[in-house]
Amino acid sequence: MKECVGALAVTAALLIASVAFARQEKSLPYKYQRDAPVYADLAKAPEKARAKRNPFEKDPEAIAAGRNLFEQHCSECHGNAGDGSKKGPSLRAEEVQNAAPGAIFWIVTNGVVRRGMPVWSKLPEPQRWQLVSFIKSLGPPSPNSIEKKSP
Amino acid sequence: MHSNSVRFLPAIFFLVSLTFVTPAVWGQESPYVVTYDHYLEEPGNLEIEYFSTLGTQRSGNDFHAFWAEFEYGAKAWWTTELYFEGQTTFKESTLFTGYRWENRIRPLKNEHFINPVLYFEYESKNGADKILKEVEGHDVQADFLIPNAEARKEHIHEVELKLILSSTVKGWNFSENVLAAKNLSNHPWEFGYALGASRPLAMKASATRCSLCPQNFVAGVEMYGGLGDRYSFGFKDTSHYLAPAIAWNLPSGWTLRVSPGFGLNGNSHRLLLRWGISREISGFGEMVTRMFGGRR
Repeated sequence: MKECVGALAVTAALLIASVAFARQEKSLPYKYQRDAPVYADLAKAPEKARAKRNPFEKDPEAIAAGRNLFEQHCSECHGNAGDGSKKGPSLRAEEVQNAAPGAIFWIVTNGVVRRGMPVWSKLPEPQRWQLVSFIKSLGPPSPNSIEKKSP
Repeated sequence: MHSNSVRFLPAIFFLVSLTFVTPAVWGQESPYVVTYDHYLEEPGNLEIEYFSTLGTQRSGNDFHAFWAEFEYGAKAWWTTELYFEGQTTFKESTLFTGYRWENRIRPLKNEHFINPVLYFEYESKNGADKILKEVEGHDVQADFLIPNAEARKEHIHEVELKLILSSTVKGWNFSENVLAAKNLSNHPWEFGYALGASRPLAMKASATRCSLCPQNFVAGVEMYGGLGDRYSFGFKDTSHYLAPAIAWNLPSGWTLRVSPGFGLNGNSHRLLLRWGISREISGFGEMVTRMFGGRR
């Protein structure tokens, strides 16, 4: 009897834990779980790169130019609205939106070659900063995109 | 035309027709025709290119050599390319001269001051090949005096290795290539080089989409030539060229390149007028995977 109660207690605890874990999983869009290793690369930006300031900060012209560059070079993988696609992570995720502009610039410059993102240093430095301006202007993910892409 | 060409024509037509029916992406292509920089094709994308070289020939017939190039980004660190090439020698004939398969691999994952790329190529061509995609060993313009009917009888199987070093500093790209090529029919290793420098005409992008904006143009210059072979390394009996080059990257996804190359010594062709057109197809790999029922 004692053993039976113990087994039941363990089963119940596992059940509760799995439900709680499942809820936690459900509250996170699946793309964030999938893309977490890619976002982790943002943290690898050296301090010196992270500290760099965007020369076009809050420049509306730079955001418009960055949008053009994004459509031409980035939207294929990151989606037209930056919400991500099968090929690339969302740029509206808080990991990106809260990242220092210098860290995003570093990722654009160096790519994440082993995970499929090419280096973009072939774009001149001002154009990469214009891209950063646009990416930072995207803001958090749109609710529609979360609903659409959640399992 | 040589009968070999017929085998490849349907595949070439199919791939070229893809450029008109598939979504394109706007590439920031360099103006180089011979020199390679360290930028590889975006993964899953296919770039289809056509290039022409109009060459003048001392004491012989001028020629028009051409090639189609299919460049695929297998990975962000690996680009693979297939070439089909041919030539017309004026007052002689037009023939298919062969194909080549090249691979470029980027060994380092981050950008550095100098970025190396390793290059491996296999060529199967005949002796009438005149595209001058690289100049190696003791290649000189007099080699091209052999009539097509004679030259095509020679079959060449060659491997080529290149070390590509490339840096981008303040918008300027500087690329240095050294090559070693070996004809597999018991010929010595031959060497060559290519150097390039280029820069976009504007560093900032404009807020409006435009075709003629200066940031869509990349201008530069290339210099390339042979360095002899294993037994006679150096500049003796070698040819060298200096070629200004410009690329126009159109927002529609097309890129146009023009590069007049000038021979620098008596062993070189006086003029190699090159031009090319290319278009990058996005998601080609995904399209092929879907075609065979796969999911990416």
